[in-house]
Amino acid sequence: MTTKYNAPDIKGKYGIYGGKFVPETLIAALNELENIYNESIKSSEFLTELEELQVEYNGRPTPLSFANRLTEYYGKAKIYLKREDLCHTGAHKINNTLGQILLAKRLGKTRIIAETGAGQHGVATATVCAKFGLKCIVYMGELDVERQSLNVFRMKMLGAEVIPVTSGNKTLKDATNEAIRDWVSNVTDTYYIIGSVVGPHPYPMIVRDFQAVIGNETKEQILKKENKYPDYILACVGGGSNAMGIFYPFIDLPTRLIGIEAAGHGLDTEDHCASITLGDNGIFQGMMTKLLQDENGQVNEVYSISAGLDYPGVGPEHCYLNEIKNAEYSSITDKEALEAVKLLSKYEGILPALETAHAVAYLEKLMPATNKDEIVVVNLSGRGDKDLNTIIKEINL
Amino acid sequence: MSFISDNIKKINAENKKCLTVFLTAGFPAKDKFVDLALNVFDAGADIIEIGVPFSDPLADGPVIQHSSQTALDNGVTPELVFDYVLQIRNKTDKPIVLMGYSNPILKYGIKKYAQRAVETGVNGLIIPDIPLEEYDDFITDDFKNLDVILLTTPTSSDERIKTIDNKSNGFLYCVSIAGTTGTNNQFGEKTLSNLKRTYNLVSKNKMQIGFGISTPDDVKMFSPFCDGVIVGSAVIKSLWNEKDSKDFPNTISLIKNLSAACK
Repeated sequence: MTTKYNAPDIKGKYGIYGGKFVPETLIAALNELENIYNESIKSSEFLTELEELQVEYNGRPTPLSFANRLTEYYGKAKIYLKREDLCHTGAHKINNTLGQILLAKRLGKTRIIAETGAGQHGVATATVCAKFGLKCIVYMGELDVERQSLNVFRMKMLGAEVIPVTSGNKTLKDATNEAIRDWVSNVTDTYYIIGSVVGPHPYPMIVRDFQAVIGNETKEQILKKENKYPDYILACVGGGSNAMGIFYPFIDLPTRLIGIEAAGHGLDTEDHCASITLGDNGIFQGMMTKLLQDENGQVNEVYSISAGLDYPGVGPEHCYLNEIKNAEYSSITDKEALEAVKLLSKYEGILPALETAHAVAYLEKLMPATNKDEIVVVNLSGRGDKDLNTIIKEINL
Repeated sequence: MSFISDNIKKINAENKKCLTVFLTAGFPAKDKFVDLALNVFDAGADIIEIGVPFSDPLADGPVIQHSSQTALDNGVTPELVFDYVLQIRNKTDKPIVLMGYSNPILKYGIKKYAQRAVETGVNGLIIPDIPLEEYDDFITDDFKNLDVILLTTPTSSDERIKTIDNKSNGFLYCVSIAGTTGTNNQFGEKTLSNLKRTYNLVSKNKMQIGFGISTPDDVKMFSPFCDGVIVGSAVIKSLWNEKDSKDFPNTISLIKNLSAACK
């Protein structure tokens, strides 16, 4: 392998995916963001400040835990868990919001907006806004406000204003539309902290780079423990930020990178959100992506039991990695994910988020084909406390 | 030469401003749309901008979002929009522009969409989520017989406005405010100074102002800094208020008043 992976290109494209499909009003703000980002990542002052926050506030590095009982259960490859559930606020989302709040500060913005699905990104944004004393507004689909009431309360406790969005099917896609409209209308004083590797360039790149701390730590930790790289890395994919974060440092290595989408009630039904698996090329929320849409190019109302995966598009870089076969993508149903919640709780004493459970559930499909001398890393992107309302309805104990 | 631009020049030569009226295709009722459009022309609209509905209209405020969703619920498809244009074109020569987001065009097939637009008598296209950065990849040679109309906003730099003017055909769409369509605006000094700035920078195209213009007074206020005005949300709101009427008398009279203010 001689050519090093170096997407995106200068136009913010990953192959044909990505780009800047936004109204003219936002172009100046996107260019401003790109400039400050490029400047900041070369500034030792910025990098030191971010590193300190990651260690002292977020609790990084997170452990790479050997899952001995789960490994015994399958009797095949060794399973490790990258413990992003142990991040401050309970998920990987804060890796990115800490980075972006520093960019917002450098740009002199005073008002922060964000979209949220499961509420994890909303909580992570509200948290850093509290920490930095900035005004925070979070857009959240009305349906998600209901199914993630615990996180809504947390955001309010943290001083954020949570605006329920009633358009569309009242989930993540609609919250994102509303956040973009807010940004168009308040672009001079407002910074939009996007929570995943989606949206117009430079967001997918910035979010990936701030999340790459997951993969960089994993690399170092696994070498120390096993003296070799993992054979497989599993991560769930909605927009795809935790997956991009752990995949990115491994792209040029032989490790098989597997992203798990949500198959909801099944790929043969209309109730899923497996964009890479079943979508086709579309332009949505500022990017060219794989999109679940109808024959007239209208965006589908998608479904997953997990609010964080419930999104009709996917990060453009995942579309590209799929196309150039540097990563592969599969899907897991609601039912399989719920089984994985039970399994991980019982065997490892860890209650995973419903999103994360999709990655754990894929072990069921992957493990029989692995060998004892192989290593699987599962990105444990978040903890499941927030999902208890949903889980209680689905699981009888 | 551009048919749209020639029309605006002719109107301006009579010491009038051009009035462009935005209608969402198939709104408020699918079967009344062609008659509505013809009546809007008769009431004084010089150009009609027909909105092709999209499920996720990012640049639009609540009024046009709602109209777009209503149209989708009514079963409006790009094919039906072309059918409307054909029917309107059979009765009038006045310019028709389609305003639509890029994804339905991509899904329809870029080449096929452009061809069908020309065939049915569309004169121009506005694609609000194709900025300069995506223009060259998206606007292929297939669009050569259509005016692709570009937008400037208060956040566009001077240099950018010149480039946009240079690439735009038909007219230049100057967005009055940094915001979504239908924003209730006080139009302060800052708005006016930005319009003056833009109007001074534009040399190739006629310039029309849109976003937040709803009354004859707004038209009068903007007249010195433009060649025409675009009214959307105010018309859509009026149509919704009288959606059950036979031929939308209040909307027609609104358009007559706006047209009078253009003189």
